[in-house]
Amino acid sequence: MSSLGWIFFSTLLVNNFTLAMFLGLCSFFGVTSKIDTAWRLGAANTFVLLITAVSVWLLNTFVLARTPFLRTIAFIVVIASTVQIVEMIIKKYLPGLFRELGIYLPLITTNCAILGLALFQTSRGYTLVEGLVFALGAGLGLTLALTLMASIRERLDVADVPAMARRMGLVLVIASCLSMAFMGFAGMGSG
Amino acid sequence: MTAPTAAVSKDEPFVPGAPPPAPPWLDVWSGIAQNNPVLVQMLGLCPLMAVSNSLANGIAMGIATTFVLVGSSLLISMFRKYIASEVRLTVYILIIATFVTVADLTLAALFPDISKALGPFVPLIVVNCIILGRAEAFAGKVAPLRAVADAIGMGMGFTLALSVLCTVRELLGSGSLLGFNVLGPRFEPWVFMVMPPGGFLTLGILFLIMGWYGTRKAQRAKEATA
Repeated sequence: MSSLGWIFFSTLLVNNFTLAMFLGLCSFFGVTSKIDTAWRLGAANTFVLLITAVSVWLLNTFVLARTPFLRTIAFIVVIASTVQIVEMIIKKYLPGLFRELGIYLPLITTNCAILGLALFQTSRGYTLVEGLVFALGAGLGLTLALTLMASIRERLDVADVPAMARRMGLVLVIASCLSMAFMGFAGMGSG
Repeated sequence: MTAPTAAVSKDEPFVPGAPPPAPPWLDVWSGIAQNNPVLVQMLGLCPLMAVSNSLANGIAMGIATTFVLVGSSLLISMFRKYIASEVRLTVYILIIATFVTVADLTLAALFPDISKALGPFVPLIVVNCIILGRAEAFAGKVAPLRAVADAIGMGMGFTLALSVLCTVRELLGSGSLLGFNVLGPRFEPWVFMVMPPGGFLTLGILFLIMGWYGTRKAQRAKEATA
Protein backbone atom coordinates (compact mmCIF):
# COMPACT_ATOMS: atom_id res chain seq x y z
CA MET A 1 0.00 0.00 0.00
CA SER A 2 2.64 2.51 0.98
CA SER A 3 4.70 1.96 -2.15
CA LEU A 4 6.38 5.05 -3.57
CA GLY A 5 4.22 5.11 -6.69
CA TRP A 6 1.06 5.12 -4.63
CA ILE A 7 2.30 8.00 -2.47
CA PHE A 8 3.09 9.96 -5.62
CA PHE A 9 -0.23 9.46 -7.39
CA SER A 10 -2.23 9.84 -4.22
CA THR A 11 -0.77 13.30 -3.54
CA LEU A 12 -0.81 14.30 -7.20
CA LEU A 13 -4.42 13.43 -8.00
CA VAL A 14 -6.52 11.85 -5.26
CA ASN A 15 -5.51 14.11 -2.37
CA ASN A 16 -4.42 17.04 -4.51
CA PHE A 17 -3.03 19.65 -2.12
CA THR A 18 -5.01 22.54 -3.53
CA LEU A 19 -8.27 21.05 -4.74
CA ALA A 20 -8.89 18.36 -2.14
CA MET A 21 -7.04 19.53 0.95
CA PHE A 22 -7.34 23.32 0.61
CA LEU A 23 -3.64 24.08 0.96
CA GLY A 24 -2.12 26.98 -0.93
CA LEU A 25 -5.35 28.70 -1.89
CA CYS A 26 -3.91 32.23 -1.72
CA SER A 27 -1.64 31.70 -4.70
CA PHE A 28 -4.30 29.53 -6.35
CA PHE A 29 -6.62 32.53 -6.51
CA GLY A 30 -3.96 35.23 -6.59
CA VAL A 31 -1.48 34.27 -9.33
CA THR A 32 -3.68 32.35 -11.73
CA SER A 33 -4.50 35.06 -14.24
CA LYS A 34 -1.70 34.05 -16.68
CA ILE A 35 -0.57 30.51 -17.54
CA ASP A 36 3.14 31.38 -17.74
CA THR A 37 3.28 32.90 -14.27
CA ALA A 38 1.12 30.13 -12.84
CA TRP A 39 3.28 27.20 -13.87
CA ARG A 40 6.48 29.02 -12.97
CA LEU A 41 5.20 29.72 -9.49
CA GLY A 42 4.25 26.04 -9.34
CA ALA A 43 7.82 25.11 -10.25
CA ALA A 44 9.24 27.46 -7.59
CA ASN A 45 6.87 25.94 -5.05
CA THR A 46 7.90 22.41 -6.05
CA PHE A 47 11.55 23.33 -5.54
CA VAL A 48 10.85 24.76 -2.08
CA LEU A 49 8.74 21.70 -1.22
CA LEU A 50 11.59 19.33 -2.11
CA ILE A 51 14.12 21.25 -0.01
CA THR A 52 11.61 21.42 2.83
CA ALA A 53 11.08 17.64 2.72
CA VAL A 54 14.81 17.04 3.18
CA SER A 55 15.19 19.62 5.97
CA VAL A 56 12.10 18.38 7.79
CA TRP A 57 13.46 14.84 7.71
CA LEU A 58 16.81 16.06 9.07
CA LEU A 59 15.10 18.10 11.79
CA ASN A 60 12.80 15.26 12.83
CA THR A 61 15.58 12.70 12.92
CA PHE A 62 18.39 14.61 14.55
CA VAL A 63 17.09 17.71 16.29
CA LEU A 64 13.45 17.43 17.31
CA ALA A 65 13.37 13.83 18.52
CA ARG A 66 13.06 14.91 22.15
CA THR A 67 11.33 18.25 21.71
CA PRO A 68 8.29 17.63 19.49
CA PHE A 69 6.50 20.72 20.85
CA LEU A 70 9.04 22.94 19.06
CA ARG A 71 8.07 21.53 15.66
CA THR A 72 5.91 24.39 14.42
CA ILE A 73 8.50 27.01 15.27
CA ALA A 74 11.45 25.01 13.88
CA PHE A 75 9.63 24.22 10.64
CA ILE A 76 8.61 27.79 9.95
CA VAL A 77 12.13 29.09 10.52
CA VAL A 78 13.57 26.53 8.09
CA ILE A 79 10.89 27.31 5.52
CA ALA A 80 11.40 31.07 5.81
CA SER A 81 15.14 30.76 5.25
CA THR A 82 14.65 28.36 2.32
CA VAL A 83 12.31 30.80 0.64
CA GLN A 84 14.78 33.60 1.23
CA ILE A 85 17.50 31.60 -0.56
CA VAL A 86 15.21 30.70 -3.48
CA GLU A 87 14.21 34.35 -3.75
CA MET A 88 17.85 35.45 -3.96
CA ILE A 89 18.65 32.81 -6.60
CA ILE A 90 15.66 33.77 -8.77
CA LYS A 91 16.44 37.48 -8.38
CA LYS A 92 20.02 36.88 -9.58
CA TYR A 93 19.44 34.49 -12.47
CA LEU A 94 15.81 35.03 -13.57
CA PRO A 95 15.05 38.73 -13.01
CA GLY A 96 12.07 38.65 -15.39
CA LEU A 97 10.35 35.93 -13.41
CA PHE A 98 11.24 37.76 -10.20
CA ARG A 99 9.30 40.84 -11.34
CA GLU A 100 6.36 38.77 -12.55
CA LEU A 101 5.89 36.82 -9.32
CA GLY A 102 6.26 39.98 -7.25
CA ILE A 103 4.82 39.71 -3.77
CA TYR A 104 3.85 36.07 -4.24
CA LEU A 105 7.47 34.91 -4.13
CA PRO A 106 8.18 35.91 -0.50
CA LEU A 107 4.62 34.81 0.25
CA ILE A 108 5.63 31.22 -0.49
CA THR A 109 6.73 31.33 3.16
CA THR A 110 3.13 31.72 4.21
CA ASN A 111 1.90 29.26 1.61
CA CYS A 112 0.11 26.64 3.69
CA ALA A 113 1.19 23.94 1.24
CA ILE A 114 4.79 24.11 2.45
CA LEU A 115 4.10 23.95 6.18
CA GLY A 116 1.28 21.49 5.46
CA LEU A 117 3.75 19.18 3.74
CA ALA A 118 6.09 19.37 6.73
CA LEU A 119 3.28 18.55 9.16
CA PHE A 120 1.82 15.71 7.11
CA GLN A 121 5.27 14.25 6.51
CA THR A 122 5.81 14.23 10.27
CA SER A 123 2.42 12.83 11.25
CA ARG A 124 2.63 10.04 8.66
CA GLY A 125 6.21 9.18 9.62
CA TYR A 126 7.63 9.17 6.09
CA THR A 127 11.27 8.21 5.52
CA LEU A 128 13.58 10.47 3.51
CA VAL A 129 12.78 8.85 0.13
CA GLU A 130 9.05 8.68 0.83
CA GLY A 131 9.15 12.31 1.91
CA LEU A 132 10.85 13.37 -1.31
CA VAL A 133 8.30 11.48 -3.43
CA PHE A 134 5.51 13.02 -1.34
CA ALA A 135 6.97 16.51 -1.94
CA LEU A 136 7.32 15.88 -5.66
CA GLY A 137 3.71 14.68 -5.93
CA ALA A 138 2.49 17.64 -3.91
CA GLY A 139 4.51 20.13 -5.98
CA LEU A 140 3.40 18.73 -9.32
CA GLY A 141 -0.19 18.56 -8.07
CA LEU A 142 0.03 22.22 -7.08
CA THR A 143 1.49 23.13 -10.49
CA LEU A 144 -1.25 21.14 -12.21
CA ALA A 145 -4.01 22.89 -10.28
CA LEU A 146 -2.46 26.35 -10.84
CA THR A 147 -2.03 25.74 -14.58
CA LEU A 148 -5.57 24.38 -15.04
CA MET A 149 -7.05 27.33 -13.19
CA ALA A 150 -4.93 29.83 -15.16
CA SER A 151 -5.96 28.31 -18.50
CA ILE A 152 -9.63 28.62 -17.58
CA ARG A 153 -9.21 32.18 -16.35
CA GLU A 154 -7.40 33.25 -19.54
CA ARG A 155 -10.48 32.15 -21.48
CA LEU A 156 -12.70 33.86 -18.96
CA ASP A 157 -11.02 37.21 -19.67
CA VAL A 158 -12.60 37.41 -23.10
CA ALA A 159 -15.98 36.08 -22.01
CA ASP A 160 -18.95 38.26 -21.20
CA VAL A 161 -19.42 37.73 -17.46
CA PRO A 162 -22.33 39.30 -15.54
CA ALA A 163 -21.20 42.17 -13.30
CA MET A 164 -22.10 40.41 -10.06
CA ALA A 165 -19.74 37.49 -10.78
CA ARG A 166 -16.80 39.59 -11.92
CA ARG A 167 -14.79 39.65 -8.71
CA MET A 168 -14.36 36.23 -7.13
CA GLY A 169 -17.71 34.50 -7.24
CA LEU A 170 -17.29 32.84 -10.62
CA VAL A 171 -13.68 31.86 -9.92
CA LEU A 172 -14.76 30.03 -6.77
CA VAL A 173 -17.56 28.23 -8.58
CA ILE A 174 -15.03 27.14 -11.22
CA ALA A 175 -12.71 25.95 -8.46
CA SER A 176 -15.62 23.93 -7.13
CA CYS A 177 -16.09 22.27 -10.53
CA LEU A 178 -12.34 21.52 -10.78
CA SER A 179 -12.38 20.07 -7.29
CA MET A 180 -15.39 17.95 -8.23
CA ALA A 181 -13.51 16.64 -11.25
CA PHE A 182 -10.59 15.66 -9.04
CA MET A 183 -13.00 13.83 -6.72
CA GLY A 184 -13.41 11.39 -9.58
CA PHE A 185 -9.98 9.99 -8.71
CA ALA A 186 -11.13 9.19 -5.17
CA GLY A 187 -11.71 5.49 -5.80
CA MET A 188 -8.28 5.01 -7.34
CA GLY A 189 -5.82 2.85 -5.44
CA SER A 190 -8.31 1.41 -3.00
CA GLY A 191 -9.75 -1.15 -5.39
CA MET B 1 -13.61 55.81 28.62
CA THR B 2 -10.70 57.18 26.64
CA ALA B 3 -10.97 60.04 24.20
CA PRO B 4 -11.21 59.02 20.53
CA THR B 5 -7.68 60.15 19.69
CA ALA B 6 -6.03 58.91 22.88
CA ALA B 7 -4.59 55.88 21.09
CA VAL B 8 -2.43 58.07 18.87
CA SER B 9 -0.55 60.41 21.18
CA LYS B 10 0.90 63.65 19.87
CA ASP B 11 4.54 62.78 20.56
CA GLU B 12 4.28 59.60 18.49
CA PRO B 13 6.45 60.07 15.36
CA PHE B 14 4.79 59.64 11.99
CA VAL B 15 5.20 56.12 10.62
CA PRO B 16 4.95 55.76 6.84
CA GLY B 17 1.99 53.65 5.82
CA ALA B 18 0.37 53.81 9.23
CA PRO B 19 -3.43 53.69 9.27
CA PRO B 20 -5.24 57.01 9.83
CA PRO B 21 -6.11 57.78 13.46
CA ALA B 22 -9.43 56.35 14.59
CA PRO B 23 -11.04 55.40 17.91
CA PRO B 24 -10.51 51.74 18.95
CA TRP B 25 -14.18 50.75 18.60
CA LEU B 26 -14.09 51.83 14.96
CA ASP B 27 -11.04 49.58 14.50
CA VAL B 28 -13.02 46.67 15.91
CA TRP B 29 -16.01 47.41 13.71
CA SER B 30 -13.91 47.80 10.55
CA GLY B 31 -12.55 44.27 10.99
CA ILE B 32 -16.05 42.87 11.22
CA ALA B 33 -17.68 44.87 8.45
CA GLN B 34 -16.02 47.00 5.78
CA ASN B 35 -12.59 45.35 6.03
CA ASN B 36 -13.77 41.83 6.83
CA PRO B 37 -10.66 39.66 6.30
CA VAL B 38 -12.53 36.92 4.47
CA LEU B 39 -15.42 38.53 2.64
CA VAL B 40 -13.66 41.74 1.60
CA GLN B 41 -9.91 41.09 1.68
CA MET B 42 -10.17 37.40 0.74
CA LEU B 43 -7.44 36.32 3.16
CA GLY B 44 -7.21 33.13 5.16
CA LEU B 45 -9.22 31.04 2.75
CA CYS B 46 -7.32 27.79 3.40
CA PRO B 47 -8.34 27.22 7.04
CA LEU B 48 -11.73 28.69 6.25
CA MET B 49 -12.64 25.97 3.79
CA ALA B 50 -10.73 23.13 5.37
CA VAL B 51 -12.53 23.23 8.72
CA SER B 52 -15.92 24.57 7.68
CA ASN B 53 -17.71 21.22 7.37
CA SER B 54 -18.92 21.30 10.98
CA LEU B 55 -19.88 24.24 13.17
CA ALA B 56 -18.07 22.99 16.31
CA ASN B 57 -14.76 22.75 14.44
CA GLY B 58 -15.36 26.15 12.88
CA ILE B 59 -15.97 27.89 16.19
CA ALA B 60 -12.90 26.25 17.75
CA MET B 61 -10.81 27.35 14.78
CA GLY B 62 -12.22 30.89 14.97
CA ILE B 63 -11.43 31.20 18.68
CA ALA B 64 -7.92 29.77 18.25
CA THR B 65 -7.21 32.17 15.36
CA THR B 66 -8.55 35.15 17.32
CA PHE B 67 -6.37 34.23 20.30
CA VAL B 68 -3.24 34.06 18.14
CA LEU B 69 -4.19 37.29 16.37
CA VAL B 70 -4.72 39.24 19.59
CA GLY B 71 -1.64 37.84 21.34
CA SER B 72 0.75 38.39 18.47
CA SER B 73 -0.65 41.85 17.64
CA LEU B 74 -0.18 42.98 21.24
CA LEU B 75 3.38 41.70 21.42
CA ILE B 76 4.38 43.03 18.00
CA SER B 77 2.89 46.42 18.73
CA MET B 78 4.67 46.62 22.09
CA PHE B 79 8.04 45.83 20.54
CA ARG B 80 7.55 47.66 17.24
CA LYS B 81 10.27 50.22 17.97
CA TYR B 82 12.89 47.58 18.75
CA ILE B 83 12.33 45.32 15.73
CA ALA B 84 14.70 46.16 12.85
CA SER B 85 12.71 46.52 9.65
CA GLU B 86 15.02 44.16 7.68
CA VAL B 87 14.19 41.19 9.87
CA ARG B 88 10.67 42.18 10.90
CA LEU B 89 8.89 39.43 8.96
CA THR B 90 11.02 36.74 10.58
CA VAL B 91 10.43 38.22 14.02
CA TYR B 92 6.67 38.48 13.36
CA ILE B 93 6.41 34.90 12.22
CA LEU B 94 8.38 33.64 15.23
CA ILE B 95 6.06 35.50 17.60
CA ILE B 96 3.05 34.11 15.75
CA ALA B 97 4.47 30.57 15.81
CA THR B 98 4.95 30.80 19.57
CA PHE B 99 1.31 31.75 20.15
CA VAL B 100 0.17 29.04 17.75
CA THR B 101 2.14 26.44 19.71
CA VAL B 102 0.42 27.63 22.90
CA ALA B 103 -3.00 27.40 21.24
CA ASP B 104 -2.22 23.99 19.75
CA LEU B 105 -1.09 22.45 23.03
CA THR B 106 -3.99 24.01 24.98
CA LEU B 107 -6.52 22.67 22.50
CA ALA B 108 -4.93 19.22 22.58
CA ALA B 109 -5.07 19.19 26.40
CA LEU B 110 -8.60 20.55 26.88
CA PHE B 111 -10.49 19.39 23.77
CA PRO B 112 -8.68 16.34 22.38
CA ASP B 113 -11.58 15.44 20.04
CA ILE B 114 -11.68 18.83 18.33
CA SER B 115 -7.89 18.94 18.22
CA LYS B 116 -7.89 15.57 16.45
CA ALA B 117 -10.59 16.66 13.99
CA LEU B 118 -8.73 19.86 13.10
CA GLY B 119 -5.45 17.94 12.76
CA PRO B 120 -2.66 19.91 11.10
CA PHE B 121 -4.90 22.92 10.58
CA VAL B 122 -4.18 24.22 14.11
CA PRO B 123 -0.39 24.46 13.55
CA LEU B 124 -1.24 25.81 10.09
CA ILE B 125 -2.64 28.97 11.75
CA VAL B 126 1.01 30.15 11.59
CA VAL B 127 0.69 30.65 7.86
CA ASN B 128 -2.79 32.18 7.98
CA CYS B 129 -2.28 35.28 5.85
CA ILE B 130 -4.68 37.33 8.00
CA ILE B 131 -2.31 37.26 10.97
CA LEU B 132 0.90 38.17 9.16
CA GLY B 133 -1.07 40.67 7.07
CA ARG B 134 -2.38 42.46 10.17
CA ALA B 135 1.08 42.40 11.79
CA GLU B 136 2.58 44.03 8.71
CA ALA B 137 -0.22 46.49 7.93
CA PHE B 138 -1.38 47.43 11.40
CA ALA B 139 0.19 46.03 14.56
CA GLY B 140 3.75 46.98 13.58
CA LYS B 141 2.73 50.61 13.13
CA VAL B 142 0.32 51.58 15.91
CA ALA B 143 0.08 51.66 19.70
CA PRO B 144 -0.91 48.45 21.56
CA LEU B 145 -4.48 49.55 22.32
CA ARG B 146 -5.39 50.03 18.66
CA ALA B 147 -3.47 46.91 17.61
CA VAL B 148 -5.52 44.80 20.03
CA ALA B 149 -8.77 46.47 18.96
CA ASP B 150 -7.97 45.75 15.33
CA ALA B 151 -6.99 42.15 16.13
CA ILE B 152 -10.26 41.56 18.01
CA GLY B 153 -12.21 42.99 15.07
CA MET B 154 -10.37 40.91 12.50
CA GLY B 155 -10.68 37.78 14.63
CA MET B 156 -14.41 38.33 15.05
CA GLY B 157 -14.81 39.02 11.34
CA PHE B 158 -13.02 35.78 10.52
CA THR B 159 -15.04 33.79 13.07
CA LEU B 160 -18.27 35.30 11.75
CA ALA B 161 -17.56 34.41 8.12
CA LEU B 162 -16.39 30.96 9.20
CA SER B 163 -19.58 30.38 11.21
CA VAL B 164 -21.79 31.38 8.27
CA LEU B 165 -19.97 28.95 6.01
CA CYS B 166 -20.02 26.17 8.62
CA THR B 167 -23.73 26.61 9.32
CA VAL B 168 -24.66 26.31 5.65
CA ARG B 169 -22.37 23.36 5.02
CA GLU B 170 -23.24 21.38 8.14
CA LEU B 171 -26.96 22.03 7.77
CA LEU B 172 -27.12 20.91 4.15
CA GLY B 173 -24.37 18.33 4.31
CA SER B 174 -25.39 16.36 7.37
CA GLY B 175 -28.75 17.90 8.37
CA SER B 176 -27.46 18.85 11.80
CA LEU B 177 -26.00 21.78 13.71
CA LEU B 178 -23.29 21.36 16.37
CA GLY B 179 -23.98 17.62 16.15
CA PHE B 180 -27.72 17.90 16.91
CA ASN B 181 -30.08 16.72 14.22
CA VAL B 182 -32.07 19.72 13.04
CA LEU B 183 -33.72 18.82 9.79
CA GLY B 184 -35.30 15.58 10.99
CA PRO B 185 -34.85 11.94 9.98
CA ARG B 186 -36.50 12.36 6.57
CA PHE B 187 -33.86 14.79 5.32
CA GLU B 188 -31.50 13.22 2.82
CA PRO B 189 -27.97 14.55 3.68
CA TRP B 190 -26.43 16.47 0.81
CA VAL B 191 -23.02 14.82 1.23
CA PHE B 192 -21.52 16.97 -1.52
CA MET B 193 -21.64 20.00 0.78
CA VAL B 194 -19.27 18.56 3.41
CA MET B 195 -16.79 17.46 0.75
CA PRO B 196 -14.11 19.78 -0.71
CA PRO B 197 -16.11 21.03 -3.76
CA GLY B 198 -18.97 22.01 -1.46
CA GLY B 199 -16.64 24.40 0.38
CA PHE B 200 -15.63 26.19 -2.82
CA LEU B 201 -19.26 26.29 -3.97
CA THR B 202 -20.65 27.70 -0.71
CA LEU B 203 -18.08 30.50 -0.56
CA GLY B 204 -18.58 31.13 -4.30
CA ILE B 205 -22.32 31.55 -3.83
CA LEU B 206 -21.70 33.85 -0.86
CA PHE B 207 -19.47 36.03 -3.08
CA LEU B 208 -22.08 35.95 -5.87
CA ILE B 209 -24.77 37.18 -3.46
CA MET B 210 -22.46 39.95 -2.24
CA GLY B 211 -21.60 40.87 -5.83
CA TRP B 212 -25.28 41.00 -6.72
CA TYR B 213 -25.98 43.24 -3.74
CA GLY B 214 -23.03 45.48 -4.64
CA THR B 215 -24.02 45.96 -8.26
CA ARG B 216 -27.64 46.63 -7.28
CA LYS B 217 -26.55 49.24 -4.76
CA ALA B 218 -24.30 50.92 -7.35
CA GLN B 219 -27.17 50.94 -9.84
CA ARG B 220 -29.56 52.46 -7.31
CA ALA B 221 -27.02 55.19 -6.51
CA LYS B 222 -26.61 55.95 -10.22
CA GLU B 223 -30.35 56.19 -10.72
CA ALA B 224 -30.66 58.48 -7.72
CA THR B 225 -28.09 60.95 -9.10
CA ALA B 226 -29.49 60.83 -12.65
